[in-house]
Amino acid sequence: MRRRRTSGIVRPSGPGAVMLRGLLFAVLALFCLYYLVPLFVMVATSLKSLEEIRAGSFLSLPREITFDAWGKAWNAACVGVRCDGLEPYVWNSVLMTVPAVAISTILGALNGYALTKWRFPGADIIFALILFGAFIPFQVILLPMARTLGQLGLAGSVPGLILVHTVYGLAFTTLFFRNFFIGVSDGILQAAKVDGAGFFGIFFGIVLPMSLPAIVVTVIWQFTQIWNDFLFGVAFTVGDSNPVTVALNNVVNTSTGVKEYNVDMAAAIIAGLPTLLVYVVAGAYFVRGLSAGAVKG
Amino acid sequence: MAAGIRLESVRKFFGANEVIKGIDLEIEPGEFVVLVGPSGCGKSTLLNLIAGLETLSSGHVFIGGQKVDTTPPRDRDIAMVFQSYALYPTKTVRQNITFGMETRRIPKAHQDAAVEEFTHLLQIDRFLQRKPGQLSGGQRQRVAMGRALVRNPAVFLFDEPLSNLDAKLRIEMRTEIKKLHQRLGKTAVYVTHDQIEAMTLATRIAVMDNGHIRQVADPATIYENPVDLFVAGFMGSPPMNMIRGRLVRDGGLFFAPLGDRDGVRFPIAAAEAARIGAPDGQEVVLGLRPETIFAAGTELPGPDRFVFERPVAVVEPTGPDTMIVFEIGGQDLIARVRPEDAHPPGTPFRFEVDMGKAKLFDAGTGLRI
Amino acid sequence: MQRAVFLKSLRQGVERRLPLIVVSPLFALSLFFVYGFIAWTAYISLTKSGVMPVYTFDGLAQYERLWATPRWYVALKNLFIFSSLFIGISMAIGILLAILLDQRIRIEGMIRTIYLYPMALSFIVTGTVWKWILNPGLGIERLMRQAGFENFTFDWLVNSDFAIYTVVIAAVWQSSGYAMALFLAGLRSVDDEILKAAAIDGAGPWLVYSGIVLPMLRPVFLSTVIILAHLAIKSFDLVVALTGGGPGYATDMPATFMYAFAFQRSELGVAAASAVMMLMTVSAIIVPYLYSELRGTRK
Repeated sequence: MRRRRTSGIVRPSGPGAVMLRGLLFAVLALFCLYYLVPLFVMVATSLKSLEEIRAGSFLSLPREITFDAWGKAWNAACVGVRCDGLEPYVWNSVLMTVPAVAISTILGALNGYALTKWRFPGADIIFALILFGAFIPFQVILLPMARTLGQLGLAGSVPGLILVHTVYGLAFTTLFFRNFFIGVSDGILQAAKVDGAGFFGIFFGIVLPMSLPAIVVTVIWQFTQIWNDFLFGVAFTVGDSNPVTVALNNVVNTSTGVKEYNVDMAAAIIAGLPTLLVYVVAGAYFVRGLSAGAVKG
Repeated sequence: MAAGIRLESVRKFFGANEVIKGIDLEIEPGEFVVLVGPSGCGKSTLLNLIAGLETLSSGHVFIGGQKVDTTPPRDRDIAMVFQSYALYPTKTVRQNITFGMETRRIPKAHQDAAVEEFTHLLQIDRFLQRKPGQLSGGQRQRVAMGRALVRNPAVFLFDEPLSNLDAKLRIEMRTEIKKLHQRLGKTAVYVTHDQIEAMTLATRIAVMDNGHIRQVADPATIYENPVDLFVAGFMGSPPMNMIRGRLVRDGGLFFAPLGDRDGVRFPIAAAEAARIGAPDGQEVVLGLRPETIFAAGTELPGPDRFVFERPVAVVEPTGPDTMIVFEIGGQDLIARVRPEDAHPPGTPFRFEVDMGKAKLFDAGTGLRI
Repeated sequence: MQRAVFLKSLRQGVERRLPLIVVSPLFALSLFFVYGFIAWTAYISLTKSGVMPVYTFDGLAQYERLWATPRWYVALKNLFIFSSLFIGISMAIGILLAILLDQRIRIEGMIRTIYLYPMALSFIVTGTVWKWILNPGLGIERLMRQAGFENFTFDWLVNSDFAIYTVVIAAVWQSSGYAMALFLAGLRSVDDEILKAAAIDGAGPWLVYSGIVLPMLRPVFLSTVIILAHLAIKSFDLVVALTGGGPGYATDMPATFMYAFAFQRSELGVAAASAVMMLMTVSAIIVPYLYSELRGTRK
């Protein structure tokens, strides 16, 4: 995010200004705590034994660090009736997310390019209609989608989820690329057209190489959305083909046996870690994706 | 009451990058000083330091005799006009103009009087209830001026206020700013990269380059007696001709252009020659303003004239004058002649040069000899 | 010879229409999967469909059933409480933090990262954590009792009157950083020279923000409210993970209501009718917004 060039303005100094500044940092620090405490609780609880959880406070550091809960969450926790941990479901999520992200990003780039740089009659209307698909409440397509997946023989399967995420991700990826391409000067394309390059020649030769930032933003956005999805996962898959978010919810809400909070927390961390890592590594691009939600980007 | 401004060894760093490299400048009350220089020379930063919009790294700024190093902008008794005009888009023209008085709790009656006086003067009294977005560029510029004027400050600061206007409006507003200054007599510091604006407006010009002030003087001195090649080259359009060559002592003092095979030697004017002690053969740069080279015999004869012949390379009519480009020793020179004296390209042309106005610079340091 | 000419003109024709040819299948996908499906759902909502879809027209009977279902009113009331609190609190926190972060904070980047990271998490993860923190037996309630407040009770999570507020707490935790980021981007888009002019005019920080900067951010207010409202109406995951819609159906929202009727109670007609109601609500907010946004970018 851009920094200001007004930071040099001479401001009043003195005890009042110092106190105000102190207050400012106190409030900022307080909110840091607010956002960080749940993360801390999650990590600390996952490293405690069940006895310590029952005995101590949820805010305390673990007295004795144990990774038992992690191990159990990974390969022994019960998801419904099956007790193999989250591992198979993490792979489901990976198998679902990678192709869905790749396909929707490529198609979105092509779409955004065709809609902004080759303005044919009706392009604006087509874009508006596609864009609306990004904002519909997905409840309205759950029932027909379930039937369609059944007819395609994809019901309850990972390929079925790939299809769903690709189709409904397209609206967003098209939006991202359209916003990016609108900022790209038409002059470059005109020059390429004069040089005899065609639709695909310009796309692969000129447009795609220069849209790396847009690709990164889109991939991160799509990855986060699809990995974190719950609605499609719970509506269109059963048991073995569940993505990790659905499995996590099942672990937490399994009502049989002793409630193992440390395992719940470890499972939550496992489910949240991939997107969290992406955020930490590529935070700036993540923020750009978020603000692209405001359509104009 | 106009106030003077004094800068004492002012320095400004952005990180490790020094953008103002120790500037001393004294501005008298009522002066109109123009800071001029190429982009990135530090002129806007220097203005911001005077305004308190940037914090000094070291040195001192005095306004009206008061040291203001740590004084916030609002307490410096200044007003400023910005390049983008910086009008508040959600406020009406009237609210824009009175905002600075509101924050200072100036009585309403006084505000109204000031608004009436200056909006009338600037011919924006018809737009008082409009928002800036509904005004043209020129009208916005006037509102920005009005906002500065109503506060009746001791010092006016201008940061390239005309650079967003089209050429015609720019000239109009230039005249208007000059009129306002003459009428109000307030101290003004004006930043621009346009040397014509600097020449027309300033009582004194400070030419800046790379964080330094190269020369501070009245416009005529800056133009006629630049201290170095930078100032000489920056002021004037078309720029001063700069010919590289050597000094030749051969019965008198002559200038021989480098790479010239025809053996043209410019005689240095007697008064100048007497002053110069440089040895025979020293490399120098001869500076000739285009208007000091004209068609031979077209002006009244005077001392220190020198006539030479060269073929015309390019002819560039500008209307009142015609520029003739020709070559000496592989270097392009421009002469400013009357349109009726011009010849077509390729034909020989007899030029006359007023060597009394020629300047000599040291080729190594660029300083005036 | 004629064949070559024909092929050439064919190629040119294809080349000229290539953009349309590329977009068409994708557009067809969108037409089918978005508008076709909407039409199907809308039609089902007008039939007698129960466990299985039937295609005989039945008028607005399913809507009458929907609006006669007490659970639907609970869902609507919850949606109203949840969205107004969620939007209001997130906006307030977002504006406050954005303004505070705009005060030349050296470690701004780090603080921003902390404020925004919950947005990267799945609502299921958020729900799981807050379920643990708000758990009456082991979470905040016990912490306060251990601290000496023996009668402290904080059982919102299992109290049907208050459970919806726990959803608000968790949702605000997750999304207020997003509002902050949108506002901060808005603040940063204000021209520096305007702030400099305000400093020369003598406006203090309060007046700079209340008098000049925030009024300029009206479009950001609008888009933030709309984005948050959109999140609120679609919120499904968080409710499922945090309260499961319970106790009973005390924290049901239209999204969970629709899911329950479609996949658990197999009342497709009612489910479809509730989905159509959701779509209409979202459209009423989103369509004018998209219209004004797109009109603005059209060149």
